Amino acid sequence: MAVIEDKIGAVAIEPKTWFERIPAAYWLVGFVLLVMPTFASNFVLFQIFGWTFILGIIALSLMFLGGYGGMVSMAQMTIAGCAGYMIAIFGSSAITGISMGWPWFVAIPFALIIAVLLGTLIGWLAVRTEGIYTIMITLAIAAAFFYFTRQNYVIFNGFSGFNGVLPPQLFGVDWRGPIAFYYLTLFWAALCYFAVLYISRAPFGLALQGVRDNQRRMSALGYNATAHRVAAYAFAALLAGIGGILLTWQSAQISPGTAGIGPAIDILVVAVIGGMRHPIGAFIGAFIYVILKTFALDALVALGLSGERFQLLIGLGFLVIVFWSPDGILGLWEKWKESRNKDPLVDRGGDAP
Amino acid sequence: MNAPVSVSERLNATGTANALELRGVSKLFGALAALQDINISVKPGERRAVLGSNGAGKTTLFNCITGDFLATSGSIRFFGEDISAFPPHERIRRGLRRTYQISLLFTGLSVRDNIYLSCVGVSRSRFSFLRPRRNDALVAAADNLVDMVHLSDERDTIVSNLSYGQQRQLEIAVALAGAPRFILFDEPAAGLSPTERRELVEILNGLPGHMGYIIIEHDMDVALRVAESVTMMHNGQIFKEGKPAEIEEDPEVQALYLGGVDG
Ligand SMILES: Nc1ncnc2c1ncn2[C@@H]1O[C@H](COP(=O)(O)OP(=O)(O)OP(=O)(O)O)[C@@H](O)[C@H]1O
Ligand SMILES: [Mg+2]
Repeated sequence: MAVIEDKIGAVAIEPKTWFERIPAAYWLVGFVLLVMPTFASNFVLFQIFGWTFILGIIALSLMFLGGYGGMVSMAQMTIAGCAGYMIAIFGSSAITGISMGWPWFVAIPFALIIAVLLGTLIGWLAVRTEGIYTIMITLAIAAAFFYFTRQNYVIFNGFSGFNGVLPPQLFGVDWRGPIAFYYLTLFWAALCYFAVLYISRAPFGLALQGVRDNQRRMSALGYNATAHRVAAYAFAALLAGIGGILLTWQSAQISPGTAGIGPAIDILVVAVIGGMRHPIGAFIGAFIYVILKTFALDALVALGLSGERFQLLIGLGFLVIVFWSPDGILGLWEKWKESRNKDPLVDRGGDAP
Repeated sequence: MNAPVSVSERLNATGTANALELRGVSKLFGALAALQDINISVKPGERRAVLGSNGAGKTTLFNCITGDFLATSGSIRFFGEDISAFPPHERIRRGLRRTYQISLLFTGLSVRDNIYLSCVGVSRSRFSFLRPRRNDALVAAADNLVDMVHLSDERDTIVSNLSYGQQRQLEIAVALAGAPRFILFDEPAAGLSPTERRELVEILNGLPGHMGYIIIEHDMDVALRVAESVTMMHNGQIFKEGKPAEIEEDPEVQALYLGGVDG
């Protein structure tokens, strides 16, 4: 990967209060998202936005590793799936013979801990490799997890997996109701998003970007590059784990197919379409993916084409994006901003000194 | 923790050991012996200049000491501790630092952030998920170092906008982060103007007395002003060691080096 040192940002020592530093766009988007349930249908809330936020969180875990760490992991969906399985096994499901029925406040932390342990293990194996080899080894792990869960009936209930995996009835609210689930996923998506944004400028995140840009230099500053990378996998696994639990609650089930090779690749597609330069890319990519996946089928059928072509459509979109803008939609956006800022007289960015 | 400590280890801990002790260090690149059986002892606080023509093995010597490359054979002791097999970051955390012949700075970061990253690297907040607060000790330490290398006016300048000479000064500040015990400077004066050279000499002479260093320097004038002993290298071997005056007068050295290999 090319050395892109200018991407690592400044150490923030906040001159203003946190309140004043929030850009106007955040207020606007935040407001629209908060009032969404007053005008959007249940389908849009639950199926479009709920799913967007969940996929966004899982893609965000890949963005954190790829964008800040320079490590493309294909196993983030596997970690999400693992957390989903664990919530079904530790908590309750229709498969009463396996599910242990622990209360949510025990089951959720345990599920996340197992997901983080798995992520750390995967990281420990993967950081010894680079570039295409990281992709291969993490993809191999994803495949192994898929086949293992499909064949193991004692813990993972094999081919059929678990159904009836529901969120707890906390505060008397049915958290799988469209509006409640919308806010639940919005809350976690926002929390994960801001956590990643914050950490990217904290010593851990800065050092991770330093290791990505110039590992030798970071070693000469006293950083243990390997340890930093493994820690990044562990943190990314926490994000993926949160996404995985929400995903399992949304469909009320988890089975081997949830974390198969296809979904693993989809997460990469989501992250790349959105762009890995900034955490928001994960959610932009997820939104586009969900819209395509939900409506492309109908659109294709309406045009008299076979609905099977959906994958082709996604694939073509992926190709177009990667071809024109390796930095995804975010890259296109930045290009557009740059061209708008250009001073026609001196032909350079308007912000230049 | 309380394992019995041998007498020699205890003596080492109290500072009687050499800051740096190389015994029979060799480095092969395939068939090329970049270093051959190097023996060097540098006392704590000692300031040593290493001279030698291009390709003599000076940078390779630094790379072996810091662990950028593992030496093919031989042992390296740092304040009495055998660090030969340590990875670079373990050596750095013990108080060893270096600068690079070709600057390796984070060009997209400001002056202060570069130094801040190096302060964090040798501190316990390496893995901190919390951003520094305004009164953070490491931020203050970074600010001090900015002043120390005369870059106070450029504190918030992005490194790619600094002049070449200023970047070399920043390299030095990065190496000074976190109270080093010993520093390796790889040609810090190369490419500097006479004024910048004078400033460099000033910075080096202003370092605390206990901070020893080895400086690679082609310019004999600079070397003689910042070092009290000189090691001459040639073809991967040590060819002469001594006080600056002795080296300068040595006929062999004059024939080989001062005679005009390098302008
Ligand atoms: N990574 C490497 N791989 C192969 N050969 C190398 C490597 N690094 C250095 N060498 C060789 O080792 C020899 C010593 O190189 P070194 O960089 O140590 O010289 P130097 O004394 O620092 O020279 P200069 O004054 O040009 O900086 C040279 O012949 C060089 O080509
Ligand atoms: Mg050199």
